Order: sequence, then structure tokens, then C-alpha cells
Amino acid sequence: MAPLPAAPGGADRPGAIDKYDKVFFYLTAVDGPVGGSVAVSAHLEVAIAHIPDGVLSVPVVAGDAVIAATAVVYALRKMDYETIPRVAVMTALFFVASLVNVPVGPSSAHLILAGLMGLVLGWAAVPAVLIGLVLQAVLFGFGGLTTLGVNTVNIALPAVLWAMLLRRALLNGPSVSRVAFVAGTVSVLSVASTGALVAVSLILTDSRYLTSAQLILVTYLPLMAVEGLVVAAAAGFLARVKPDILGSAVVVATPRDAVFHG
Amino acid sequence: MADLSVLLREPSPSGVLAGVDPRFRIVAAFAVVLAVIQSSTPLALVAALGLSAVLAMAANLPLWATLRRLAVMESFLAVLVAMLPFTLPGRPLFDVAGFPASQEGLARAVTIVIKVNACVMAIAALVSTIDPVVAGHALGRLRVPDKLVLLLLFAVRYVAVFADEAERLRRAMRARAFRARNDWHTWQSTGWLIGMMLVRSFERSERIAAAMKCRGFSGKFPLLDDMRAGPGDGAFAALIGLAVLALVAVEGLA
Repeated sequence: MAPLPAAPGGADRPGAIDKYDKVFFYLTAVDGPVGGSVAVSAHLEVAIAHIPDGVLSVPVVAGDAVIAATAVVYALRKMDYETIPRVAVMTALFFVASLVNVPVGPSSAHLILAGLMGLVLGWAAVPAVLIGLVLQAVLFGFGGLTTLGVNTVNIALPAVLWAMLLRRALLNGPSVSRVAFVAGTVSVLSVASTGALVAVSLILTDSRYLTSAQLILVTYLPLMAVEGLVVAAAAGFLARVKPDILGSAVVVATPRDAVFHG
Repeated sequence: MADLSVLLREPSPSGVLAGVDPRFRIVAAFAVVLAVIQSSTPLALVAALGLSAVLAMAANLPLWATLRRLAVMESFLAVLVAMLPFTLPGRPLFDVAGFPASQEGLARAVTIVIKVNACVMAIAALVSTIDPVVAGHALGRLRVPDKLVLLLLFAVRYVAVFADEAERLRRAMRARAFRARNDWHTWQSTGWLIGMMLVRSFERSERIAAAMKCRGFSGKFPLLDDMRAGPGDGAFAALIGLAVLALVAVEGLA
């Protein structure tokens, strides 16, 4: 198996950062063509959905913080203590899954998976995304503190709303391909909306960011496509193997599917 | 194989900041970041960068890991600020392919780059040196809603478990000669990998919920620690307070 990418910081150095960096880089490494798994360039990715501190204006940051707080409080109210362990475990799962790196053209990208979170967790996806962002700040030290609200709104809200809107389509036609298609659509729309919201946050900060915002939107296009395909595959898998995770339809696998993927 | 148990072990303390009460460090991180993002004059920006560098040294941050972390932000920033010199009107400095770059635009781009880097460094120094479990407790003590704290503590616990599982599944894929490429096979396999992880974690989460109920989980996670601020924490708070005030003053005077 491929060796653990060496941490240039020196493996013996104490302190949390090196250790988490190692975990982070190990997980996110792409399986390269020669079996090696190091791709540091993979981390110079552009389609980052997390806006750092110091870019946005105070009104945008404050406004989104209020929206995010409201959404989180609402989601927490809806969540009783019975379901907390489940939501928490899924939060951890999505955090890890979004570290998996997928090649996109000559570069690579981390999936956001917000659309899938919206479908699986419903409103609980909002606190789940917030916790993911906090973990990223605490474990890996990036993201932002003042932008926690902005990033939660940009990533989680569209996913929850698109999932709510399109969930109905999952209930009507219980077939594997339909589940895959709907989940893929929710994902594509969620990523597109996140990109649009990132652009809007920038433009609201300063209208002269318009060109940069358009450029950033373009960088989201490949991610949109790949995320849609991967989530469609994941949802198709779930529809066959454990349909109740998608929380909705009883999807009955056709005998053919059962034979192929049993 | 990656030894992911490190996620659960307490980091060995290093640097002056390691001894400071985590609650103070979290609050300080917010204060410093707020002070940095309100700076815009050259003097204030230099001071902000200096403050972050001092914090990074006080936290004994490893140089390379910190630089690498900054590099992640830099690529996003590059797209963001690259167009500014050309879109902001002002005194032209130089031309690129016939488009004049303005001095004002360049100044704005540099301002943003400095601010973002100062913030990332400050967060790395103050927050990411806290053990995640301790950070959860500290947030609980800072009156963050207990459901959120519960989610965080759980997530910290299971991130290590799932990271391990993801690695196991991926090793199995590699053993079957899987190579990541730009094709449907790769995307489908990744989708199935995520789906498989979801199925396993879903079942695990039900077992966990049942086990917790057996042990009388009533929705409360008693936080067993005694975080008491000492004189050193007071001194830290005073120093950070002074630094933040100084930053604001430098910005205001200019």
C-alpha cells in the first residue's frame, strides 16, 4: 500500500497540528497512476466553499450569522435527544467523506456532499455543517471564525431547501435510477447554489468583486458535475442496499439489480 | 497505515499558549480576528501580521505545516484578488495584455491577502492547538447550546473511527487495482465508497444510540473537568486585550 505522505513539519514534533495534518493529508491524497498517493497540488484547490476571515464586509458577515443562528436553533429544536447520537455520528461521517478527494480534470476536488446531507439528515444538516466547519477550524486550522455563519448558510441552507423541495420525487417513483437521478439533481443544485451564494456574499461586500465572483462561479462547474455523478452513484447504492437511510421511499430493488450488486 | 488513534490522544503541550485556559484562547481568537479584519491602514496591517506572528511563535507552531495551511487559502485568494487591480479604477501602474492595473486595486488586493493570512495564522495559533475534546468542553463552558456541544464531542469521537474505516475501504479498493481517473468508473466507485460508509455508520449510529440509552443517556453529557482561570490566564487576557486595543487605536489614529 502507499506510504503515508511525509509531513515536512517533522514527524517527531509535538503538538496537535502536525498530527492532524498527517491525517488530513493521508485521507485527502489521490490515488495516483503509479500507486503513490501523494498529491500536494490537490490541496491548492480553487473551488473552496469556505470563505476565510477578512474578505467579507461586516454587514454580510453579521447578517449571515443571524440567519445561520436562526437556522441552527430551529434545527436543534426539531432534534430530540433520541436522535442526537444518530445525527452526531452522521455528522462525523460526512466530515470524513468530504475529505475524500476525487480527480476533476487535471486537478482534484473535495466533495461538499451537502446535497446528500440534506437528503439524509433534513434540517439537522445545518448544525452538521456548522460542526464540520468548527472541526475544520479546530483540527486543521482553516476556514474562518467570523465567517462560520456565512459558510454555514452558503453550504447548508440550499442543500436543505433543495432536498425538501425534491424529496417528493423520491416518494413517488420507487426505482433505483430515479433515486440516483433525484439525489444527483439535489447535489448539482446545492453546489450551484453554494457557488452562487459565495458569489453573492462577495458582490454584496463590494460590487467590484463582480469579475472575481464570476471567475469563482466558473471554478464550481467541474465540482458540480463530479459531485452530481458521485452522489447519484452513492444514492443508487443506498437505494439498493439500505433504502431507509434516504428517509423516504421504500425502494425495492429489481431482481436484476439484486443479481448485479447483491 | 495511518495511526488515527492520535485523534483521541491529548497533544503534548508545547509553547507558552498551551498552558492558557482553552476558554480564554477561544474568546481571544475571536477578539484578534475581529481586530484584524477591521484594519485597513498599512501600519495597522503590519501590526496585525506582527501580532499573528507573535501568537504563532508563542504557540510554537511548526513552520512547514503552518505554511502549507496558508497555501491552501492562497489558491482561493488568488482567484479572488487577481482581478482586483484590473477592475478597481485608479492610477495605472502596469499593463497586462492591454489592461491597465491600478495602484488602488493592487493595494486592495495586498490588504486582503495580509488580513486573511493574519487571521488564519491567529486561528492556527490560538484554536487549532486546543485538543478537540477540550475545545468541546470549553465551548460548553462558554454557554454554547448543549446539543451543539454534544454534536461536536460525538463528531470528534467518530471522525477518528470513520477516517479509519474510509482508509480500510480505500485500501481494499487499491488492492483490487483501483486507480482514480477521470471516468465514470472512478466516480461510481467513489459514490459506492461513500454509500458503503453511510450504510455502516448508519447501522453503527443505531447501535450507539441503543447502547447509550441502556446506560441511561437522558440528553445530558456531564462535562467533567474543572476549568478554572489562573493568574496566567488573566495575564494572557490582559495582553490580548491590550494588543486588540492597540490594533484598533492604530487603525483609528491613521
